[in-house]
This record gives sequence, C-alpha cells and structure tokens, in this order.
Amino acid sequence: MFVLGKNEKLISVTLLATLVVVGCGGGDSSDSAGSSSAASEATVMENPVDPSTAGNISGSVAFEGSAPAMDAIDMSGEQVCADKHSTAPMLQTVVVNDNGTLSNVFVYVKEGSAIEGMQFPTPSAALLDQDGCVYTPHVMGVMVDQEITIRNSDGLLHNINASPTEQRGFNTSQPFNMETSQDFGTPEVMVPLRCDVHGWMTAFVGVVNHPYHSVSDGSGGFSLSTLPEGDYVVEAWHEQYGTQAQTVTVTAGGTTDITFTFSADMANAVVPMRTPIDPHDHSLVTDHQ
Amino acid sequence: MNLSWLMPESVSTFGPALDNLYYVILWITGIVFVVTEVVLVYFMIKYRHKEGRKATYIEGSSKAEWIWTSATAVIVMALAIYSKGIWDTIRHPDMFPENAYELNVTAKQYEWNAAYAGSDGQLGTSDDIVSRNQVHVPVDQPVIVNLQSEDVIHSFFLPQLRVKHDAVPGRVWPIWFEATQTGEFPLACAELCGLGHYRMGGTLIVHSKEDFASWLSEMQIEAEDDE
Amino acid sequence: MSSAISMGDSHSDDHHHLGFIRTYIFSTDHKMIAKQFLVTSLLFLAIGGILAAMIRWQLGFPGQPLPFNLGAILPNTMAPGGIILPEFYNSLVTMHATFMVFFALMPLMAGVFGNLLIPLQIGADDMAFPRLNMLSFWITPVAGAVMLASFFVEGGAAGAGWTSYAPLSASGEWTGVYMGQILWLVSLIILGFSSITGALNYVTTVIAMRAPGMTWFRIPLATWSLFITAWLLLLAIPILTGGLILLLFDQTIGTAFFRPEGSGEPLMWQHIFWFFGHPEVYILILPAMGFVSEVIANRSRKPVFGYHSMVVALVSIAFLGWIVWGHHMFQSGMNPFLGMSFMATTVVIAVPSAIKTFNWIGTLWKGDIHFDTPLLHAVSFVALFVVGGLSGIFLASAPVDIYLHDTYFIVAHLHYVLVGGSLFGIFAGITFWYPKIFGRMMNETLGKIHWTVSFITYNLAFFPMHNLGVQGMMRRIYDPNQYEFLQSLQSTNTFISKSVFVFAGIQIIFAINFLWSMKKGKKSGDNPWDSNGLEWACPSPPPHGNFAEVPIVYRGPYEYSHPDREQDFWPQDEAPVDDLDGPEYTDPNESTESNDE
Repeated sequence: MFVLGKNEKLISVTLLATLVVVGCGGGDSSDSAGSSSAASEATVMENPVDPSTAGNISGSVAFEGSAPAMDAIDMSGEQVCADKHSTAPMLQTVVVNDNGTLSNVFVYVKEGSAIEGMQFPTPSAALLDQDGCVYTPHVMGVMVDQEITIRNSDGLLHNINASPTEQRGFNTSQPFNMETSQDFGTPEVMVPLRCDVHGWMTAFVGVVNHPYHSVSDGSGGFSLSTLPEGDYVVEAWHEQYGTQAQTVTVTAGGTTDITFTFSADMANAVVPMRTPIDPHDHSLVTDHQ
Repeated sequence: MNLSWLMPESVSTFGPALDNLYYVILWITGIVFVVTEVVLVYFMIKYRHKEGRKATYIEGSSKAEWIWTSATAVIVMALAIYSKGIWDTIRHPDMFPENAYELNVTAKQYEWNAAYAGSDGQLGTSDDIVSRNQVHVPVDQPVIVNLQSEDVIHSFFLPQLRVKHDAVPGRVWPIWFEATQTGEFPLACAELCGLGHYRMGGTLIVHSKEDFASWLSEMQIEAEDDE
Repeated sequence: MSSAISMGDSHSDDHHHLGFIRTYIFSTDHKMIAKQFLVTSLLFLAIGGILAAMIRWQLGFPGQPLPFNLGAILPNTMAPGGIILPEFYNSLVTMHATFMVFFALMPLMAGVFGNLLIPLQIGADDMAFPRLNMLSFWITPVAGAVMLASFFVEGGAAGAGWTSYAPLSASGEWTGVYMGQILWLVSLIILGFSSITGALNYVTTVIAMRAPGMTWFRIPLATWSLFITAWLLLLAIPILTGGLILLLFDQTIGTAFFRPEGSGEPLMWQHIFWFFGHPEVYILILPAMGFVSEVIANRSRKPVFGYHSMVVALVSIAFLGWIVWGHHMFQSGMNPFLGMSFMATTVVIAVPSAIKTFNWIGTLWKGDIHFDTPLLHAVSFVALFVVGGLSGIFLASAPVDIYLHDTYFIVAHLHYVLVGGSLFGIFAGITFWYPKIFGRMMNETLGKIHWTVSFITYNLAFFPMHNLGVQGMMRRIYDPNQYEFLQSLQSTNTFISKSVFVFAGIQIIFAINFLWSMKKGKKSGDNPWDSNGLEWACPSPPPHGNFAEVPIVYRGPYEYSHPDREQDFWPQDEAPVDDLDGPEYTDPNESTESNDE
C-alpha cells in the first residue's frame, strides 16, 4: 500500500515539473525590461554612413491660419510648481511661433532604401525633465534602445505613464528629486507620456531605429544630417494636426530644403484620451473610453 | 503622540448625530472593555495555582448564559436601531434635500475634477465650470455631489464633514451634505487607486452664500472669455 | 469491528522501511504533513513579517533609505537608493497581507493543526484520504513559489491590495503591474485546491473515523472548531477561485466581467470577494478559538464553561458569517436598505463571539490556573480578541463606518483579531502541542520572555492605530504627510513602527526556542500537561498509526478536577472502574448513552 505506485509517481513528477517551470519561467530581470543602467553595446559601434558621400535635409514647419488660443494651466493646487512660472503656464498642444511656424513637430525619415538594414550606434542618454510640472521637452525623438533619463526637478510626486501601442509601456513614480532611466525597444511614432498626478502634463516620444529625427524648434526649424545620398520619405507628425509625408532626395555634400505646412483647419489626428461621462445617466456607462 | 479618541471638529449637519453615535458606542465598548479585562486579570490572579487548592468542577450555567447572551443581543440590536436613523438621513434617497445645489465630482488617477453649472444653469453641458482638486460649495446649503470615476474606484472623503463614498467607474453615485462653517477643509481619497493614491488630496472650500455667488459668476465670465 | 482491535494489522512491518523521500518529502502520514505545513507556514510568516517591517519603515521614517544598506539588494524599480517607491509600497501592503492570510495563517490553522489534531483527538490512525492529504500539502509550496516569483517579474508584484478591487486589479494600465497581478491570481487559484482537498479530508475523517464512544458532544473543541472551519473552507474557497478565474480572464483574454469599459461591473468583484472574504475571516479565527478552549480548560484544571453552548456558538458564527459580507461594502454605493440589513446581521454575529468570551472567562473562574506559556498565549487571545471584537462594533454601525472605513481603525481592528487573536492562538497551540509533535517540551523561560515582549510590543504597536483612524488617517497611504491634516500623526506612526520592529525582532526568540527544543528540550512523555484528550493517550511523538489499539471513549474531554476523583484529570479513554464513573461499556456498535449534561 505504501509502495510508490503509478499514481503517486505521476503526481510527484507533475508537482516537481510545475515547480521547475514556475521557477524558470516566471523569472525576468528585476529591472524592467525598459530600464537599462549602462549602454547595451559592449563596444561602441562605428557609424556606418560615409560622411564624404552624405547629405542633409533641413527645413521648417509653417502654420497657416489663425493660431488656436491655448488654455492656461491652473497650477494653484501645486504651489511649488506654480511658483516656478513667472508668467501663466500654457498648454503646449499647439505652439505657433511669431514667425508663423509650428513648434513641436516631430520630423523623421520614414522610409529610405539607402539606410535600409543599417545598424546605427546608440547615442548617449536623452533628457526628459519635469520642471515646474511641465515636461521639457514636450516632444522628443530617440533611437530604439537609447536611454531616456527622466528627471524630477520638482521634488514632488510625478509619475511617468507611457502608453505605447507597439510595445509594453511603463508607469513609474518619482516621489522626489530623482532620475529614472527608461528606453523603448520597438520603433513607434509616437509614444504618449502623461503624468496622472498633474493631468495637464503630457509629452510625446518618437522612437525610430536610426538617428534621422528632429523636432521643430522655437522658430519652426528642423534638420536631419549626414544621410547617405538617395531618396527618402520624410514624415512630419503633430499631436493635433496629424501627419504629412514628403519624398526628398538627398545629394552628396548637399542640403535639401523642405517645408511642411499645417493649417488650422486640419482634422484632429489624435483621439482624446478620455471622453466625459454624462453625469445624469445613472445607468451603467457602456461607451466609457 | 496623538492618542485621542475624540473625533476632530465636524463642520456638517451630519456631524453632531454621527459623532454622538460614535461616543455612545465608545462608552459602551469602553465599559465592556474595562470590566471584561479587569475580571480576566482578577481571575488570573485570584485563581492562580496554589498548593492544596483544587479547581471547582463547574460545567457551566444555563442561567448565566441566557443572561449574558440576551444582554449582548439587546445592546447590539439597540445600537443597530439607533444607527438606522442616522444612516437613513445620510443615505436614503427620500431624505435627499429638495433645494440642494448640485455639482459633479469626477475622480481619476490622481485628481479630483469638479464641474459646476455654467451660465446656462445646466450641469453637464459644455459651458460647465471646472476646477481641479478644489471643490467649492456654499455654507448652510445642502449640496448634492454626483460622484464618478474615469478609471478605477476612488473614495471621496471629507473627514470633517463625515462624508465618505466610493466613486465607481461606470456608475454615478449622488451623495449629499451641508457644510455649517466657512473655510477650507481637507478632501482625501480613501480607496487604494494606484501609486498616487497617497497624494490624491484636495480642498473643500466652503464660501459664504454671497462669496459663492460671486465666485460662480466670476468663473462663468472667465469661461465665456475662453470660448 | 470487535473490541480492542490492534491497529498494527494495517501497518505491518514488512513494507515499512519507507526511505527518506517517502518519510520526509512525500509522506502520507498526517503528522508528517502537519510538520511540513508547519515549516512552510512559519517561513511565510517570516516573509510576511519582513514585508510588514518594510511598510512600517516607510511609515515611521518616510522617504528615508532602508537601514543597514538593505536598499542595495532592491532594484531601482522598487527602492532607488534604498528609498521605497509608492508603487513598491502598494506591493508591500498587498503581499504582506497575501502571505499572512493565505500562506501563513490558513496553513497554520487548517494545515498544521487540522492535520495534527483531528485524527489524534478522535482516535483515528490517520486521515480518511492520506494520499489526498499529501497532495493538499504539496500544492501549498508550489503556489507559494508562484507568489514569490511575482516579485521578480517586470512590473513587480501585485499592488492592488490583498482585496484586489477591480478595475485597479483588472488591467495593468492602472498599476503598472502586469505579470505580477496575473501570478497573484494564478498562485491563489492553485492554493485554493490545497484548502478544498484538505477540508474534504477533515470533514470526512471527523464524520466517519471517530473511535467508538466518541459521540459528537465528546469531541474536543479544537476538533469541533477545525471541523466547522473545514465546512467553511469547502463552501467559501470555490467562490474565491471562481472570482479569481473571472478576474484572470479580464486580465488576460479581454473579457469584461469587472471592467466598466466593456460593460463590466466593478462592484461584482467586491460581492464575490467578500462573500468568500467574510467566511474567510472566520476560517482564520475559529480554530484558534478551539485551541484556546483546550489550553484554558487544561491549564485551569476545569471543564470548559458551557461546552455545549461553545459548540452552538461555533456553529452560529459559521452560519451567520455567510450573511454579513456587505459590511465591507457600506460605502460602495449600496441601497441603504441593504446596508441596514447587513448592519443588523453584523451586530448579531457579535453575540456568539461574546458568548465564547464569557465562557472562557467562566472557565478561568474558580480554576486552578497554571501560568505556563500556552496559558499566557491563550489568555492573551481572549484579552486581545475582546479588543478586536469591540472595535468591530464601531464598524458594524454603518453610519460610523462612513467615517472609519478605509482608515487605520480598520487596520487596528483586523490586526487585533488576526494577530492578537489568531496569531496568539497559534502560539498557544504550538507551545501546547509541541511536545506531542516532537516529544520534547519547549523551553519555559524563553517562552515567557517571548510572550511578555510580544504582548507588550504588540499592544504598543497596534492600539494607537485606533486613534490614528479616529483622527482620519486613511489606510494604504505611502506618505500621510502629504495631507496637512495628518501631519501631526507622524510621531505616533514612528512610535508604532519602532514597536513593530521590536515585536518582529522578539520572534527570533520563538524561532530559537522552537529549533533548540527539538533536540535539547526536556523529554515530554506521553501526557506532559495531564490532559484528557485522546491525542495524549499515545506516545510523543505518536508512531505511524498513532494508537497501539483503537481507543474507546467513555466521557467528554473536559473532566478536570472532578469531585469524585483524586486526580484532577480524567482521560477520555480511561476505562470506568464501576458504574459511577460513566456508562458501562459493552459493544461499540450499540449507541452508548451519554450521562453527562
């Protein structure tokens, strides 16, 4: 009766196997897959592009029509941040400059046979700062696996909630002055970031697998440098006005100039993250976004 | 060290009745606590093992059982009946005040967003006034708050008004209260809602009736300017 | 069965050389299984305690790096520079409770004492289904490994509270925890089967395998409480398992049982969880009540006061425990009439608990009380359970609960019943039955030191939590100082933390006592406490098969200090000398008439 029968053998083996599977399968690195402490490459890779035959793309993003007025941000509930702003902080959804150009447009090479299959070295860390309860920069570009240093300069709770669609996001807190490293492993245009503690704080990160990306600055200008000569599709992305693409030819030693034009009557490209609820509907809300 | 059993000052019409009930329970449980523990310790000392003295063989006493069972039952049921009145006042839909000022509070990770009727006088329209983490109400005026949530369950807690109710996503829960003092009072989240739960605070700002009216019209003008 | 059957028949010697694996790893002997549960439970109790210490570190010294450079072993996703992050804090409170409730208290109550006491106290040679019993144990470390693994996955361990309210727990987008939440669910789904199979065994064994003469009202209260707990487990755990599976589906395959964006209902999770959850808390305390009754009666050398009503109270608590669950949901949006009904049932359940408390005190009355360590723990149970029960009255009143819900008043209440009650009850059980398990006594001096420091520091730590709650401090809060109205409470929180550290630290004395006494403790003999129960009528530790002959029971378990006897105890299986002592024993197949009231 107490000899290890077939059933007992089966149970024992199954239990042991489960233990082994759980033990091996459940473990992942204790750091989140997205956060790296040091450069992933053991050796610094050489840039595969030959600068003697490379060219550049530069240009600006124009804005047509009357600029929509941005709402002021009410920071009265967060005095530490309110005190950091000498003028009322405004939402950065649409930033039209005095010279009729549009800032915060992410411009990047979407297609290009000349750089197809090339492996580019990963640049050093890019900085995303939370200062005065505002993300600086509002729009940024990084390479796949490039470290993003997220800094809390405010000394109060911010969380950085990234919700990409092509890869696992992250939601991590910074309760005081500190820095956290994150990176993205899959190209994605664009990854939205938000702070849940301060609902007005949003940012966007464009992740591409090459270094040819730029964000239009305070005079609407952008530049992509040291591209191998050839034809490229360059796309411009704006959080309110959507995307536009152009085909561009890069010549060796030359700089090709292009302009993107967004206008006030372009449709909203990005669906708002949450739709308001009808307060007088006491039934179950079914289309809650 | 704060070891007070006294409730903090209350500033709502619920306060006196609810606090009274709390103190009644505190007295009853306090007396039971002291008597029980004293008897326990007394027996431990009096009946500790002494050479030569044997325990008395007692299997029980039906009489004693009936007495303490019924006494306990009567006391606890009386407390339940006493509680019912206050519970109904606070929660029963029939007891919701007729002339209440209505506003919406929508909870989200990790903010409280209040909405008040704009110049059109209708709550839930595009000209609603919104405030973040500040809930403005008039004093001595019943207020109905429609609690909602955008994401997970939060809990709307106004400790000094003795108000607490969950905000459940997918539902709208109306609650009412009436503040009896002007001033600013804490608003806290009382249901674990994620990493920012500990810092999901706000302020209830109780205005005098005149100040509330002027605040409201000021905000309505601002809202119109924005449009 | 004819009289005086030798139990050796079914355990003949020839296949008795079982080898190491069959004796210590895959054993079907209920006593070995009890020991296995004891090892794993105490390990998880220690883990739960470490998690608690980290929680209290953050609350006592907010934003300070963990001491002794402990932060160095924690990754930056949990505690960069040794400073606990809010999301890790939420995991700590979740996992502390999870390990304590599911992996420490439940296995200690049912797994250890159910296995150890039931067959011995009713005079059986083992459980009804020994191999099912072995399975019931082995499920526990597997589930435990899954739960521990969740700390090491991306996103960390579950962080939605041990109550795992949806939608917070239904999607990783709200917590940043994905795999951890899934593993939490998987672990508990697996663990449920340990409880269900164990409970099946306990119920069957008590019903079918009692020794002749062991009528229902001669069963000791420890077995009674374990028997009733087993019924609660059988009925409640499957409900939890069902709910966990639904939540797992919401997490993984896109269903919307609880997710409002898919027309799911978050409140349904609460109903399912608490419908299990309330019987669960009685699962966590009823066995301890049984141990306490045994120890107080034995150490006072007196019958349990009102044994029959003690049984009735146990059964009442078990029944009533099913109809009070809504008191956990008073503030969730229920129809106030429903709230009123739950308030009524909740106050009623105070009555049988009060009966038991008065009966324990009545047992001490006019007793001959020996202040051994088990008695100290058992009386502490009574003293502290009173506090826990009385604080429950505040919470039973639905309007007062409006203020106290989700504050530290609840934390105080639950720890008074689960630690002041259950844990001290378990200490009473371990110190009392240790000699039966290991054949040696635990050291009395170490035991008294452990008890004294534990009792004092426990109260210093948890009593002030009532006051924190009354001042409005919410629970599961990483840093109360973010609220101005709570800033004055910091010194109280720091004091509590220091008390908790000492309370946790002194448990090392218990561990030392436990381990040292196994080899060096005074040999106990069969019946070191001069007790009446059948478990003391066999050697310490009992051999395989427990009793050399099937014991025959002549009387109830609490015949202490009977006036007709010189000795102050009267073992259940001691044969009567003449008619005065009890019923004349003739044939176990005929029903014996009980002549005690």
